[in-house]
Amino acid sequence: MREREPAVRAGAPLPALPPEQLREHLPGVETDRQLTDWGRSERIEGLLDQTLVEFFYRYWFRAEVQGIENVPSSGGALLVSNHAGALPPDAAMIAKAVREEHSHPRPVNITVEHFFKGYPGFSMLIPKIGCVAAHPANVHRLLFDEEQLVLVFPEGRKGTEKLYKDRYRLRRFGRGGFVEAAMRAKAPIVPICVVGAEESAPVFAQMNLMKRLTGLLYFPITPTFPHFGLLGMLGYLPAKFKIRFLEPIRFEEEGLHEDKGLVQTVAHEVRARIQEGLWDMLRRRKSVWFG
Amino acid sequence: MTDSRRILVTGLSTYWGGRLAKALERFPEVEAIIGVDNEEPTVELERTEYVKVGAQHALLRRVVEAAEIDTVVDTRLVVDSATTTSAKAHENNVIGTMNILAACSGPSTPVRKIVFKSSTHYYGCEQDDPAFFDETMGRPHQPRTPIERDIVDAEASLDDFAEKNPELAVTILRFANVLGQDVRTSHVQLLSLPAVPMILGFDPRYQFVHEDDVVHALEHGVRNTLPGIYNVAADGVLALSEVAGLLGRPYAPIIPPWGTGIATGLLARLGLRIPPEMQNQLRFGRGVDNRRYKAAGFHYGYTSRETVNALGEHLRLHPLMRGSQPYRYEREVEEFLRWSPHVRSSRRGSDATGLSRDQLAELRRALSELTAEDSQATPAPAVVPPREPGPSRAPRERPAPEPRRPLQPGAPVDHYDDLESEEVISLLGSLEPDDLRVLRDYEREHAGRDSVLGAIDSVLARSGGASGVAPGRGP
Repeated sequence: MREREPAVRAGAPLPALPPEQLREHLPGVETDRQLTDWGRSERIEGLLDQTLVEFFYRYWFRAEVQGIENVPSSGGALLVSNHAGALPPDAAMIAKAVREEHSHPRPVNITVEHFFKGYPGFSMLIPKIGCVAAHPANVHRLLFDEEQLVLVFPEGRKGTEKLYKDRYRLRRFGRGGFVEAAMRAKAPIVPICVVGAEESAPVFAQMNLMKRLTGLLYFPITPTFPHFGLLGMLGYLPAKFKIRFLEPIRFEEEGLHEDKGLVQTVAHEVRARIQEGLWDMLRRRKSVWFG
Repeated sequence: MTDSRRILVTGLSTYWGGRLAKALERFPEVEAIIGVDNEEPTVELERTEYVKVGAQHALLRRVVEAAEIDTVVDTRLVVDSATTTSAKAHENNVIGTMNILAACSGPSTPVRKIVFKSSTHYYGCEQDDPAFFDETMGRPHQPRTPIERDIVDAEASLDDFAEKNPELAVTILRFANVLGQDVRTSHVQLLSLPAVPMILGFDPRYQFVHEDDVVHALEHGVRNTLPGIYNVAADGVLALSEVAGLLGRPYAPIIPPWGTGIATGLLARLGLRIPPEMQNQLRFGRGVDNRRYKAAGFHYGYTSRETVNALGEHLRLHPLMRGSQPYRYEREVEEFLRWSPHVRSSRRGSDATGLSRDQLAELRRALSELTAEDSQATPAPAVVPPREPGPSRAPRERPAPEPRRPLQPGAPVDHYDDLESEEVISLLGSLEPDDLRVLRDYEREHAGRDSVLGAIDSVLARSGGASGVAPGRGP
């Protein structure tokens, strides 16, 4: 999630407007509609939530949640988590945890790679279930203007590509774009540690040739993929899921995001907290399958 | 509220130019509206003056200076490549824009404000776009289609112009895809099909703007001073499947996601034209942030959903309704209605100060002689209406015609018989029903031309015995 240099620069300078003033002009909600402006469909999301996600959350992964009170009940907040698994189950589980356990359940916007928008099929489905492209402008609008919850995985593809032998070792946290977005929107960062995703969908190898042939992001070898076909992507092992929400990190001051040094420091700090949390949770875990 | 009094509208014959000129005619504080284009206007205009110019608008500067134009509204940008060839579009979009800006520049230019109609095609549609483009964002990628390249080039020359002429207010309005019952765009055509074609596996996000909102947005830009760039798109971003649902049509994922170019080539042979800039939009879609123009005081009449619903209603009703005859511009009629002293002042623009041509004056006199013959009344003197006190600059004088000789009631009107039937018909609109009846009798006795008689009858029928001949004009 980094600001790309535009090919065609924006034109004439614009009269500066206070951003709060623009917030008043957000489009209203049309109740007859089934989709939001982001393309999110309550119907499809609810259908999936009550069937597949419910099954995995309650019976397959038996998810256990700690510190849900660290997710604010109102206002924008950036949820930052570690990321793993061939078709990562962690995003859906975190969103489900907020919906199930929180006193004020709110939808979570999951940021995903731009890749999905360009791939037939995914392009249709992904926005409908509450995913948005990980573009700084998207995150800012959601956090600041619409005051919603946004879930990011700063490891990005590097996290899902990593092999089983590297489990729970966090990759580089991008360039700190997520911290910048939170600071700009003055939204708190809530670090999240997820244990279980690595074992539920272990990746043993990556096949670059197949990746190129299919045009997919990556082509992993897992216990069930590719030999059980595409559905094998959903063939998760029943590892015990534990999700821990850590203390939020708040940014009250104006213009913090312009300090690149501070951004990097905070990004490292968030990464360190998640890594420490993960070590702590793994230390206490007696069994991969029973917790 | 506004300091725009003398307005020049380019692209008068485009749907937008015509509608905007019509809308501006309602405001009494607007002194002069001059429309230029290389084709004739397609809407009835009350007091807008039409000047025919070449496609490159090379002589525009003289019009601007002579008429002391203070506001230029440029509605002429081609944003749909299905409407013309790319060479013509380039000529119009890039060269035309350059020439229009050149006409507005210079140390002594009277122009204070430029309003430019652009398109959200400026942003393009790509995989890694933000969900909502705002005006501060550039394009993530170089333009891929000729139309997008033209739009980017045209806007670049406007930016350049705005930078060099800081005392001028340059407003760029980027409009989203327009839908409406009167406007013809590729998207209206696509959505009018029995099923909405889509690319397999994609459900792009679409934002629309209603045709009325486009006119109001341009008007808002003219009546306020709003330098800068503004997106104009209705509230709400719809998925294309949702649009199909609102229209009550199935969607047909008939375009393959790979080899889309070849497939659209085949579809074009079958008569379904999908222009290149639309192909990307059908794949990736686009949303824009419309809040800045709302913050500048503009109110939308329709949301995207209401826009689609309005189109849907029109499409359902359209096959049942008989279309009315489209308006056709006839220069002589228009000039007569503008300038003739016989046109009753209530129907005439307040700034009509004289007569257009000597010939017309002559024709008019001939007719008044004819009608005076019966009613024994003196002919209406060539009235020069009282001059408006407002404008400081003196309007150019036009010679009022002097009656060449005193009227002799009962004498044969030799002028009248010299007239061509078209010339007679072009003057009928200004006559009272009684005069028309006289004229009809005279014509029947003398030349007896069917075309003239028919025209008189139709004018009489339209007036329905009312005091004035009032074809429904104006808003």
